[in-house]
This record gives sequence, structure tokens and C-alpha cells, in this order.
Amino acid sequence: MDFDLSEEQRLLKESIDGLLTDSYDFDARKKYQKEKGGWSKAVWAKLAEQGLLGLPFAEADGGFGAGAVETMIVMEALGKALVLEPYLATVVIGGGFLRHGGSAEQKAQHIPGIIDGGKTFAFAQLEKNSRYDLGDVAATAKKKGAVWVIDGEKFVVLNGENADTLIVTARTKGGQRDRSGIGVFIVPANAKGVTRKGYPTQDGLHAADITFTGVEVGADAAIGDPENGLPLIERVVDEARTAMCAEAVGAMDESLKATVEYLKTRKQFGVPIGSFQTLQHRAADMFVALEQARSMSMFATMAADFDSAKERATAVAAAKVQIGKSGKFIGQQSIQLHGGIGMTQEAKIGHYFKRLTMIENTFGDTDYHLRRVTDAGGLV
Amino acid sequence: MDLAFSKEEIAFREEVRAFFRDNVPPETRRKMVEGRHLSKDEMVAWWRILNKKGWGVSHWPKEYGGTGWTSVQHYIFNEELQMHPAPAPLAFGVSMVGPVIYTFGNEKQKQQYLPRIANVDDWWCQGFSEPGSGSDLASLKTKAERKGDKYIINGQKTWTTLAQHADMIFCLCRTDTTAKKQMGISFIVFSMKSKGVTVRPIETIDGGHEVNEVFFDDVEVPVENLIGEENKGWDYAKFLLGNERTGIARVGVSKERLRRIKDLASKVEQNGKPVIEDQGFREKLAACEIELKALELTQLRVVADEGKHGKGKPNPASSVLKIKGSEIQQTTTELLMEVIGPFAAPYDVHGDDGSNETMDWTAQIAPSYFNNRKVSIYGGSNEIQRNIITKAVLGL
Repeated sequence: MDFDLSEEQRLLKESIDGLLTDSYDFDARKKYQKEKGGWSKAVWAKLAEQGLLGLPFAEADGGFGAGAVETMIVMEALGKALVLEPYLATVVIGGGFLRHGGSAEQKAQHIPGIIDGGKTFAFAQLEKNSRYDLGDVAATAKKKGAVWVIDGEKFVVLNGENADTLIVTARTKGGQRDRSGIGVFIVPANAKGVTRKGYPTQDGLHAADITFTGVEVGADAAIGDPENGLPLIERVVDEARTAMCAEAVGAMDESLKATVEYLKTRKQFGVPIGSFQTLQHRAADMFVALEQARSMSMFATMAADFDSAKERATAVAAAKVQIGKSGKFIGQQSIQLHGGIGMTQEAKIGHYFKRLTMIENTFGDTDYHLRRVTDAGGLV
Repeated sequence: MDLAFSKEEIAFREEVRAFFRDNVPPETRRKMVEGRHLSKDEMVAWWRILNKKGWGVSHWPKEYGGTGWTSVQHYIFNEELQMHPAPAPLAFGVSMVGPVIYTFGNEKQKQQYLPRIANVDDWWCQGFSEPGSGSDLASLKTKAERKGDKYIINGQKTWTTLAQHADMIFCLCRTDTTAKKQMGISFIVFSMKSKGVTVRPIETIDGGHEVNEVFFDDVEVPVENLIGEENKGWDYAKFLLGNERTGIARVGVSKERLRRIKDLASKVEQNGKPVIEDQGFREKLAACEIELKALELTQLRVVADEGKHGKGKPNPASSVLKIKGSEIQQTTTELLMEVIGPFAAPYDVHGDDGSNETMDWTAQIAPSYFNNRKVSIYGGSNEIQRNIITKAVLGL
């Protein structure tokens, strides 16, 4: 049992923290937000330059063969700085599908573009009626000779507006909610029949609703078994959830720090408001919530090595519950303790609240994951 | 970063588990499971079994009978003990006064007291809290006046846990009334059989008798019973309070109770099916388990940190353990109340001394719920823990 970072992991943390301290203060973020697509190509290039976009890929594929802990370190740092760039969509999710399900050809074709920063990905999964159920897929992929023809609508596709490549879930057989008969397909975003309607999200990122109308892709576009893709989807989404837990911990950590700083500097009645016990105890409760969340983020991260897929999934679900609760509490109380200033778009604090709120509602909210843990028979 | 225990640690856990399975008297275990109080004889008998094995004072330095275990081994031992369940070693002797004596006491005191603590030849109790000094402990008024080679002690202590069984007390007494309140306190130990000591029981809301008032009326104590230096008692008290951190979260206790909740909830029916099949109840249970898992991990982080960097000064994260640990313990007793529902009501006028075995054991569920309100009050109330986080962690 060991909770310390290895020497290499410590260096990785220093490197990403350093990069973001230099290039990602809140003013810079506002600037990046106004760039085309809503994030900075220059920052993305820097992340590539430092090898961060290649971290989780096998050395044979040109990556560094890093594990879940390294992703946790990066995501926590990205959460602290409220980074807009599509690391989750591209490296964690897009890369995840390639790593866990991709053929040698698919890896060779797509991974180098991710590592060098040339290409970004998006995961087109959510549908109008699917909510958090990954196995609820109405979009279809039908075999026509040597090609797959994809039809359907996908919503709130993170980085969907800018991505070069889409990973699309579509039904190859069976009914809308059958667990089997779901395929995962690589679709170039500029393929004929793909229509994207992009928009900013509440937390300053960008997403798109995407319509697929008779989109034709080759037989080699399917990742893994086109008739049984759900286990792969669940695995990659669990990694995405785990990464978001770490991102949320970064956001909570910074949110609490900023709030404590504010309590020390803001004066009312002639004294710093941090001298009032009501506010002190609220901040102490935020610290408790943060530490519990940090523990569960580590738990989910280390669960990546569990042998049992069921235990792994339950661990991630449990972490998502804790992160959801802690994130809501810390996010809301950070605003409350800042008072009026916390309500302004100009102050950074509210943006942590917004990102934490969106994280809670991505890939299953607190209630959804509590039900998953319950159905799995609990944790003890 | 690695969550798994090493091969050696797993083997150790098996050894500990097997020892508890083979050596905890079944009747003692049964009473623990059912939330009953144990008699003094039952507790002492078990502690002597533990001491004979060499595990009675596991965390003491080896020269005084400790084991030399790693932080992780201590963690495993406590967790298994709590989960079995079996009574933890008497904290007042083993975790509190013992370490003060081997750290600050003289050679004679070490020889006189330490082996007797380990074997529970003396049952110790703690004389800290007073009627006017709870969270503000340093305001205590019990006075020890030096008269020749004796201290004359007058005053009153309260919330003295199991003083009715005690042979010895370690007591914070004011020896200098002119100094700043923390500076005039001394750490004095003496026999509860001394002339002028009176113990009066306090009945708690569960109907139990755990705590007492203790009165001192011109109690004569030899000056050689002073531990360390006169007027340095506050330092020793702080050392003592910061010393007992492992197990403060009582993760094993809550785990054991969750097991019991599941057991009972699969027997008690509601709407024609066991309570455990009720979705709402199951979700509450799962929510509690998630909180407990997070706490367990937080505790392991503190343990790992201690293992790496030594115990040194108290880790402020232990305040998190106290707050969350007590809240979860209380939640588990609430869940038990929910399972038992209307059958929580009957009150066993005989108490839980085992004299009335015909009374259904469910009679202990409500008292245990009432009794557990204490866990967020004792050992530094949860509000005091928040003060500690505020100062030591957040710097406010």
C-alpha cells in the first residue's frame, strides 16, 4: 500500500503544473475562449511538445506507456486551471477506444495524430432519450456491401464542433435498449452526411449536436466487434469518469484555496470575514468534503488495476457519487462564502462551480451512480 | 501508488484474523455484535489473552512490550479487532497514560506502572473534564496543593468513563493558580482507592452506566506520583490527545455494523418482503458504504503518511477522520433503527447486563442509537475538530 507518487510521476506533476502556471491564468483562459473553436492551439501544441498527449499510449504506438495514475495527475492539474483544451475527449476517450479496442491498423492510422497534437477527437454517444444509459442506442449502422451506413442523431458531443475525428456508437442489430448489437465506429468529421451544430457549454467548453444521414464508412471503421461493443464503451467511459473525478478534485482544491484566501482578505465589520466561526466551520466542512473526494478519486484510479470488471465499475460509480456530492457542496459554498462577488462572471470562483456542475451531469449523475452501487450490492 | 497490501501484510492479516477467531470468547463477541455492555471481568479476561499473545500494547516501543509493527500492521490489527468484533485494549491505560509514562515518566514509574497497564492489573481512568471545563479543558479547577512530600487534591472531575471499575486515575490538576491557565497544570496519577475519592454514576440517555462524576476531598497523594515536571501537565495532555489517532475513524466498527444491518434487514419484513429489498433503504445503505469507503481511504492515506514520515506532530487530517468517522457511526445506528422500526420501543428495565436474556436483543438497538450520539462529542467535539482544521490546515 502506497499513496506516494514515484519520482517520474512527481516530475510529470511538476511539468504540467509549471506549464499551466506559465500559460493558463484566468485572463489567459478568457483569451483562449475567444479563439476560433474556443480553445488555444498554442497551448495544445505545448501539451504535445511536453509529451502529455502521448502519455497513456503504449511505447510501441509512440506513447509513453503511462497508467491511470499519470492521467489522474494531468486531469487534476487541468481541473485546477479550468483548462478548455480537449484532453478528455481526445486523449482519454478517443485514445481510450483506440488503446482498448483498436486494431493495429487503426492505432497506426490515428494515434500519431493525437500524440503530435495534429488531430482531436470527440465521442458521439448521447442521444435524445438515452440519458445516462450507455446501452440505449437508437442510431443505426447498417452493412451495405463493404461499407457501414450510419444514421442517427447525437447530442452534446464534447469537442464535437472542432474534432477532426468522431467516435460514434450505433446499433448494428437488436432493439434500442438491447445490450448487444452496439458498434463503435470511427467517422471522419468531414464525412459526407455529417452535420454539426456547435455551441458553447455552460462551463465554457464547446460541444455540438451532430446528425448522421446515410454516412458511409469502410468496414475497417468499426472498433472491435461491431455487434458487441458495449463492454468496450463501458470500459472507456469508466476511464473518462475516473479522469473527470480527478479533474473535479483539482477544481475543488483550487475553489477551496481561493475561498480561504478570500476569507483572509475580505473585511467586514472591521475584521477579515474568516475570523467568523460560522464561515470557518463551513470552510472546514469543505476541506472534509475535498479530502473524501480526493480519496475516492484515488480509489477509482487504482481500481483500473482491479481484475474484476464488476468491481472496477462499482469503484468508479462510488467515486462518481462522492465527487458529485463533494463537488456540489464545495461549488455552492465557494459562491456563498464569496458573497456577491461570487455571482459575477468576472470572478474565477463561479467558473469552478459551473465546471463541477457539468462534471456531475456527465456520464451519470450522483443518483444514477448511487443506483449502480446499490444494484451491485454495495461496497463493503 | 498502489492500493493493495503486500504479501507480508496479507499474511499478517490472516494471522491476526485467525487469532481473534480462535481466542475471543464467543460470549464476548456475541455481546459486542448485539451492542451490549460487557462486564469488567469479561473485558479483562480478553485483554489478558491479548497481552499473553504479546499484542496488548502493540504500539508501545519494543523495550516496554510493544511489537515493532509498521503503521500498516497497526491499521490491520485495529481494523480486524473492530470487525471481529472484540473489545479494543483499554484506551485510558494503553493509549493514553502508558505513552505519557514511558515518554515523560522516570525509571521507577516506568517499572511500577507499565507492566501493570499491559496486563490490566490496574484499570485506569482519565481525570480531565470538569463540570466547568469541557471543550475549554485548560480552565480546569481541580487543585493539587503541595504540602511536604504530598499533594492535597480537591475538586471534581466528570464524564469519567468506567471509573466504577478503576484502580488508578491520571489527573490534570492545577498546581499554580497564578500562572496563565495552560501553564499551571500538572499530570498526577493516584489510586482510586485513596481516602477522599468518591465515584458517583451518571446515567446516560440509553439507560447505561459508562460515565461518572469523581469527587476529590483532601485526597493525599505522594509527590512521587507526579509525572514529568510540575506545571508541564498541559504539554503531556496535548501529547496524549494527539497520540491516539489510529483507529479514531473506527472504520472497522462501522463495517461490522453494516454487516449487522444487512443481516437484520434480510430478516425483518416490510410490505411482504425483507427490508433489504426496499430500493430506498438499499440506496441509503449504499450511500453510507460509499462514505465509509472514502473514509477508509482517507485513513489509509494518513497511515501511509505516518509510516513514511514518522508520527511526529499530529496530522490535522485526523480531524477529518474524527468528524467523518463519528458521523458514519451515527448513521449506521440510525439505519439499524430504521430496520427495526416499531420494535425499537420496548425498554429492558434490567439493562443489558445479560441478566434478562429472554428480552429480545432488538431491545439494544434504540439504546445503541441514543448512546452513539456521544461519538461526535467526546475526544474533542466535532466542532472543536472543525476549529483545528480551520487553524492548522486552512490557516484562518
